[in-house]
Amino acid sequence: MARPPVLTGIHFMSGNIAVAEGSIAAGCRFYAGYPITPSSEVFERFAERMPEVGGICIQMEDEMGSIAAVLGASWAGLKAMTATSGPGFSLMQEHVSYAVMTETPCVIVNVQRGSPATGLPTLPGQGDVMQAKWGAHGSYEIIALSPNSPQECFDMAIRAFNLSEQYRVPAIILMDECIGHMYEKVVIPPKDQIKIVNRKKPEKGKPYLPYKADDDLIPPMAAAGDGFKFHITGLTHDERGYPDLSAEAHEKIIKRICDKIRLNTHKIVDYETFRMEDAEIIVISFGAASRSAFKAVELAREDGIKAGLLRLKTIWPFPCDYIGKLAEKVKAFVVAEVNYGQLVHEVERCAHGKADVILSAVMGGRIHRPEEILDKIMEAVK
Amino acid sequence: MSRAKVVEQHLFDKYLRVDRLPHIWCPGCGIGILLSCFIKAIDTLQLDLDKLVVVSGIGCAGRIAGYIKVDSFHTLHGRAIPFAVGLKLANPSLNVVVISGDGDIFSIGGNHFIHAARRNNDIMVICVNNFIYGMTGGQYGPTTPYQARTSTSPYGNVEHAFNLPHVAASCGAVYVARWTVLHTRRLTESIIEALQKKGFRFIEVLSPCPTVYGRRNNMPRGLDMMKFFMKNCEIRNFEDTKNIAIEPGEKIIIGKFVDIEKKAFEDAYYELIRSVRGY
Repeated sequence: MARPPVLTGIHFMSGNIAVAEGSIAAGCRFYAGYPITPSSEVFERFAERMPEVGGICIQMEDEMGSIAAVLGASWAGLKAMTATSGPGFSLMQEHVSYAVMTETPCVIVNVQRGSPATGLPTLPGQGDVMQAKWGAHGSYEIIALSPNSPQECFDMAIRAFNLSEQYRVPAIILMDECIGHMYEKVVIPPKDQIKIVNRKKPEKGKPYLPYKADDDLIPPMAAAGDGFKFHITGLTHDERGYPDLSAEAHEKIIKRICDKIRLNTHKIVDYETFRMEDAEIIVISFGAASRSAFKAVELAREDGIKAGLLRLKTIWPFPCDYIGKLAEKVKAFVVAEVNYGQLVHEVERCAHGKADVILSAVMGGRIHRPEEILDKIMEAVK
Repeated sequence: MSRAKVVEQHLFDKYLRVDRLPHIWCPGCGIGILLSCFIKAIDTLQLDLDKLVVVSGIGCAGRIAGYIKVDSFHTLHGRAIPFAVGLKLANPSLNVVVISGDGDIFSIGGNHFIHAARRNNDIMVICVNNFIYGMTGGQYGPTTPYQARTSTSPYGNVEHAFNLPHVAASCGAVYVARWTVLHTRRLTESIIEALQKKGFRFIEVLSPCPTVYGRRNNMPRGLDMMKFFMKNCEIRNFEDTKNIAIEPGEKIIIGKFVDIEKKAFEDAYYELIRSVRGY
């Protein structure tokens, strides 16, 4: 029996399976992938589920092929995605750039592992924080979400598709091996309780300029076969989609594709706070590491230290204004991440020197023990 | 003697983005001839232009997508084929054609080509082989003949060239042909034939590049290579593709080499969906 797209009910699911189910619930009907640990269960779930819901799942020859097929499918009108890990994400970067420039909605799940290079294929890492923002060539803005539980993998998959469709930009779900392979309770709501956003479409029968944006800086998007006979290029282009290789055209398009995200940062940014009301030391963390950070804050509070937690649910765009305001009130930030310092630079930038910023690093292969973060909180108190 | 009549409109204008003309190709280049043959083919078949999609990669031939007035995608270097695979799978009612160059499809995009052919994805691929990377200034590529002089092989190319129809045939393509832009009638007929078939179809089109290939290899004008084609090409339909490598001093074998039936990937996948869903 083919199951429906939305598996309403209470499940015991891994993050990798939940992110696949969330995507299907969001309307994703095209998956192209290439096997890579620790993300392969996402692919396997799609292989099983796509035929059930009338969608497509294809195994491509490599990650460049996967993401290229995803972008092609998106231009054929389907919601499309792929999943990978760090090495595959590196190979996809040229298409991240192409998707940004051509404003092609797509979702990329990156189940991070220990890196660089082949690194630790079966063990966790959070080393792609900067790659998610700066991995491709050019000036661009992008959206990256970071779940810290299987439930959030489901919920954030829906949000990633909604944001990608709304802003016509790739949305990345930055998971990690712990979250991908962790099994927990996942509640899938009834279909009519799931909010779905679809890309704007041009009106049929009317003249269509594929890159003429509305007031919200986002142009409507036709699909191939709709009859508009449009042209899409990765070259700098004008509103008609035709190449315009001038500095003026370039300035216009880069400004718009960045500003459509920058000006909406406050609508996209999402975070969770814990014991922040009177906190003097704030731990900033995300993904699997944030689960240790919760415990570390509890331990600090037991010792009478006024610690709090800011858990980032969106990493890009970065909540710079918020962290800047916090910096005026608190003594220090402790940034707990599973790499040798990436997000910490962003926190330093946004703190403007008004609060100390301390890195709590684990290189990968494991997440922090709460005591390790606690040590850094103690260091911050001194 | 009647004077030449100046026409404001060409019969093929409806197939072209005339507001983008003149095109970027050099005098003597053969890509425009291929474009003309392709348009003749879609005109002959009266294809539904709303459902025809042209996908190109990067390079001189990659600019074709920009001139044909259908939904068209100028994708990344080497990635036209997987992009086209996604388009076709996502909307099987589309008629998807990839037109790009030899470096784009067979060097940087080589892996995508062999796997799309193996899978028998229902797309048609036309490869303009001008023996060179033209747009970047004439570097040797995967089809540059042995000993040819290029900007990165100034003492003569010491690499062996791909035999493109043989690559396509060995990987499972259901239709394989090689023509030149001199053989416009046969090339057009071949495009018409391939457009009506299902599965992975491949046509190699040999084309002169006087600007950066010909002038370094004793064929400085476009016409020189057309004469070379006229003198050296021999049509041998259904010749075994292993015998048709382009070698210096030997005949260039052109023709249709493969025309078989095999279930396309899309048909197999949609059958699978129907069986899983129980209808």
